[in-house]
Amino acid sequence: MIFVIWAIVFVLGIWIISTYNTLTALRLRVQNAWRQIDVQLKRRYDLIPNLVETVKGYMQYEQDTLQKVIDARSKAMAATGVKESAEAQAALTQSLGKVFALMENYPELKASKNVLDLQEELTTTENQIAFARQYYNDLVTQYNTKQQVFPSNMLAGFFKFQPSEFFSVPEAETAVPKVNLTLTR
Amino acid sequence: MGFFILFFLFIGGAIDYLYFDAFTRVGPAFPVATIFSLGMATLMTLTAYYGGSGIILSSVGAEKPDMQIPEHRELRNIVTEMALASGSAMPQLYVIYDPAPNAFATGTNEKNSTICVTTGLLTLLDREETQGVIAHEMSHIRNEDVLLMTLVSILVGGIAILADWGQRGFYSSRSGRRLGSKSPLLFIPLLLLIALSPLFAQILAMAVSRQREYLADATAAQYTRNPGGLARALEKIRDAGMAFQKATRGTAHLFFVNPLRRRLDDQDGGLANLLTTHPPINRRIMLLYQMAGIPQSVVQGPKVQTFK
Repeated sequence: MIFVIWAIVFVLGIWIISTYNTLTALRLRVQNAWRQIDVQLKRRYDLIPNLVETVKGYMQYEQDTLQKVIDARSKAMAATGVKESAEAQAALTQSLGKVFALMENYPELKASKNVLDLQEELTTTENQIAFARQYYNDLVTQYNTKQQVFPSNMLAGFFKFQPSEFFSVPEAETAVPKVNLTLTR
Repeated sequence: MGFFILFFLFIGGAIDYLYFDAFTRVGPAFPVATIFSLGMATLMTLTAYYGGSGIILSSVGAEKPDMQIPEHRELRNIVTEMALASGSAMPQLYVIYDPAPNAFATGTNEKNSTICVTTGLLTLLDREETQGVIAHEMSHIRNEDVLLMTLVSILVGGIAILADWGQRGFYSSRSGRRLGSKSPLLFIPLLLLIALSPLFAQILAMAVSRQREYLADATAAQYTRNPGGLARALEKIRDAGMAFQKATRGTAHLFFVNPLRRRLDDQDGGLANLLTTHPPINRRIMLLYQMAGIPQSVVQGPKVQTFK
């Protein structure tokens, strides 16, 4: 009889340790994934002045659009708090998209090796930001699910694991950037 | 996979029973032949496994990418993107200067893995399609397929060793009384099975390999959220229809599409379902388009070109 009780205690103990460790590992991975996004954002800040410098000479009539990119960049860098920074990042993404779309109108830009290289660098940075966010959200889903399904939810409640927040894309970013081709001033 | 291990244990047990009188009162306490052949096969495969990446890479003529070439920079960027999407470390990158579009991944674990791409693939495919191919290779690394296929080759090797012993043992002990004491009803089918077992093992190994290809396609779609890119890549590679000369039968199962391009590989059903390392390319394309939500009737491509 006493043996059966010890066996139950032993199995329960193993289960508690492994579940606790899984949850902790997931929490650390979520935090790490969040930092990965920051790394990519930093890279984008560094690349933007380069882009603007390079295309400025060609895109005489788009100084407005370029200025908007510069403004959006400094706003994004200064933003604090999750919501504000998400909005500023979205605005930056949108203004960059506009520049890319406008670049299609300048054949001499497409011929320049420098510009093509920069464009590839920025494309990959944009993609990397998107994929880093996607991975972050995948991890958050895993982490939150683990906290809510039975039986691990009992332990998550007891050890006070908090659900992580999803990175949601603001409305503005899901919309396709509109390009005004009439050039009325 | 579980079936594979059972099959191995069964063949090992049969050999032990017939030649060493195991599982009877007079025989040894444990199945000698099974354990010994498994040990030998493990040793052989592990040698290949640890020295393996380097040998494979040099045998296909892989080189480090040249970052002065825009296409190679783009490739590095795409691999970085997919490493982020799958949440794994950046793999080492190699290119092969060869016009046949193909790619493969090797490596012992996530932290020590390699992705290798031919220059033909880079010129043939656009950015989105290359991304699909890299995501497929990344999936092989994340799903630990290299490890799995190593385990499979240990079992295939072990069965080959057992079958070899079985056949030799039969001729040398025919005059002895070892087999005589057992019922012929039992040992004749067992001997037949042992003789045919290397063939069965090969067929099983190829089935495992094909399943992992489907899984890698599905995981790639999950990473890129864009199954269409990978599907178009497969279509372009199918229509290019070039064989990769430096691949051998030993390394064929590693590649993105079967580098040997036999006529059999493009067919569906019958023998093709038993004897190929890769699933039929048209079937892979169709499944990917289904994931993308495009009806099957639209994707009936041109008649497949086959090459000897």
